[in-house]
Amino acid sequence: MTHWIILPVMLPAMVAPFIILAARYHMSIQRVTTVASMIALIALAAGLAWQASDGTVTVYRLGDWAAPFGIVLVADKLSTMMVLLTAILGLIVSLYAIGSRWDEQGRHFHALLQFQIMGIMGAFLTGDLFNLFVFFEILLIASYGLMIHSGGNKRLRAGVQYVLFNLLGSTLFLFALAAIYAETGTLNMADLAERAQMVSADETVGLRIAAVLLILVFAVKAAVVPLHFWLPSSYAQAPGPVAALFAIMTKVGAYAIIRVYTMIFPPELEATAGLHTDWLLPAALISLALGMVGVLAAKTLDRLVAFSVIGSMGMVMTAVALFSEEAIAAALYYIIHSTLAAAALFLITDMIRQGRADLRLTAQAPVPGHLLIAGLFMTSAIAMAGLPPLSGFVGKLLILDASYASPLMPWVWSVILISSLIGIVGFARAGSTLFWKARSIETETAPEGTPPSALSAIAVGGLIALLIAHTVFAGPAYRYTAGAAAQLFAPEAYIDTVLNTPGKLSPKTEEN
Amino acid sequence: MELLVASAIGAMTAGGIYLMLRLRTFPVILGIAMLTYAVNVFLFASGRLTVGSAPVLREGVTNYADPLPQALALTAIVISFGMTAVVVMIALGSYLGSNDDHVNDPAEPDAEDRT
Repeated sequence: MTHWIILPVMLPAMVAPFIILAARYHMSIQRVTTVASMIALIALAAGLAWQASDGTVTVYRLGDWAAPFGIVLVADKLSTMMVLLTAILGLIVSLYAIGSRWDEQGRHFHALLQFQIMGIMGAFLTGDLFNLFVFFEILLIASYGLMIHSGGNKRLRAGVQYVLFNLLGSTLFLFALAAIYAETGTLNMADLAERAQMVSADETVGLRIAAVLLILVFAVKAAVVPLHFWLPSSYAQAPGPVAALFAIMTKVGAYAIIRVYTMIFPPELEATAGLHTDWLLPAALISLALGMVGVLAAKTLDRLVAFSVIGSMGMVMTAVALFSEEAIAAALYYIIHSTLAAAALFLITDMIRQGRADLRLTAQAPVPGHLLIAGLFMTSAIAMAGLPPLSGFVGKLLILDASYASPLMPWVWSVILISSLIGIVGFARAGSTLFWKARSIETETAPEGTPPSALSAIAVGGLIALLIAHTVFAGPAYRYTAGAAAQLFAPEAYIDTVLNTPGKLSPKTEEN
Repeated sequence: MELLVASAIGAMTAGGIYLMLRLRTFPVILGIAMLTYAVNVFLFASGRLTVGSAPVLREGVTNYADPLPQALALTAIVISFGMTAVVVMIALGSYLGSNDDHVNDPAEPDAEDRT
């Protein structure tokens, strides 16, 4: 039953037009449809993950055209894990948007959310680089709409920056794809993996440029320094639930780097040797440090959280750049953790925004629902800063452990440990200003605004519960990510399944 | 022909990058449009340049143009056209809202904090 693989893309693609066409003026129908489709997506994604968990790679040929000619979707452990994560995050974000009534403050929130989910799912599942570009565009164009949802001058301005930066990224992506096609004559990832090996050592100029351009594009998505400038203001200005959903978007970049640079341009490949250790690792370490310094230096809570996202992406990319099997497994474990923690923090920031004049880190009267929000903030800040007992600590430990064998171990260890300390100070300062100092301020009037609704609290509580589950079941989770990493480092099964599954045009004739 | 195509791509890319580094949204959008033109031609050229050869297999034809880059360029044109329309709308909204079309962040939040 390989047809299941297309469903995570098809379901939102069909629900979104339904919402626009049939339920345009019926908010309750939109909400029910969104939640129902998200639950269905989780079920689908769980099914796919279960199917892939024994190491089988399933391939879906669109239009039944055989692999190098047609577009394929591929479900292996890594893809299905990311799809499941997206589905869970999608459900939580839609619950929060409903609970906090964000979806009523502009038009087409639910439809755009569906399109965004469709793009993300497609980007995780596709086995074709040009198709990856198309899905990137789908998720971006939906995110442009979501980013400026409910309008406002500041948000529009941040939206312009966000759109321009990503348009530039898309153009670079096309340059990279064209260069790869000119060099190898294919854009299918599995086929590319074979052909990149065949390029002779003294003719690698084009391929080398393409590989660097491609990593730049993915680094823009993953907000790796020095390509992170779009992130702080767009994430800070985006509506709360949207920013929480964007937590998975940076991971799309990380996913693409992991996928392309393990399979097509592995560190052993002479054409791209040194790209990981010489360039990606320093950039990742600088992002980690810069993110955490940003956490300490931020003057508003929304920017603080945005910088913590940069920091955690730096952590992920550090592990990715080490490029051993354990390091990738640790990176995948940390990706799950960082998505959940960042989403929780953005939602909590939004809860605080409801009850305060602004998000500046100054003492103001307590927000409604003070105790609950403070508790949630503390838990997710502990997770994000990587303190025990939550999964951030486990993830960091795994990354430190994986870097032990690397010759750059002193650098990695010192940057991770020192930046963690800075991050902890930053979060502690923010938390104490927002919640402790607030208690010392006497207010004459009752606090304005309403406490967060039960549904919003449930959504954030769900994220926290998932974080705790990710900690408690760290063993099984790590075994799964280790399995995914093992599959990435032995791509023969993937390549074989993609290229040798029969379809139309199957007796393979060489193109070009 | 190679020289012509290559220099066209180069000139458009250079112009695009120059315009993109400007401060205001209108030149930046024009710059991105120029870059997308450049990349479309580049995509098209990635299947090698041939004159007068058929992209579809036929009897008795030995020289073929690669059809795939043409399809890719078509997709890229559609996407970049749509994206440019979106960014023009958002930039227009932002300009009409705040009466200012600079791309960078306004400097005011800092000044506000100190007072």
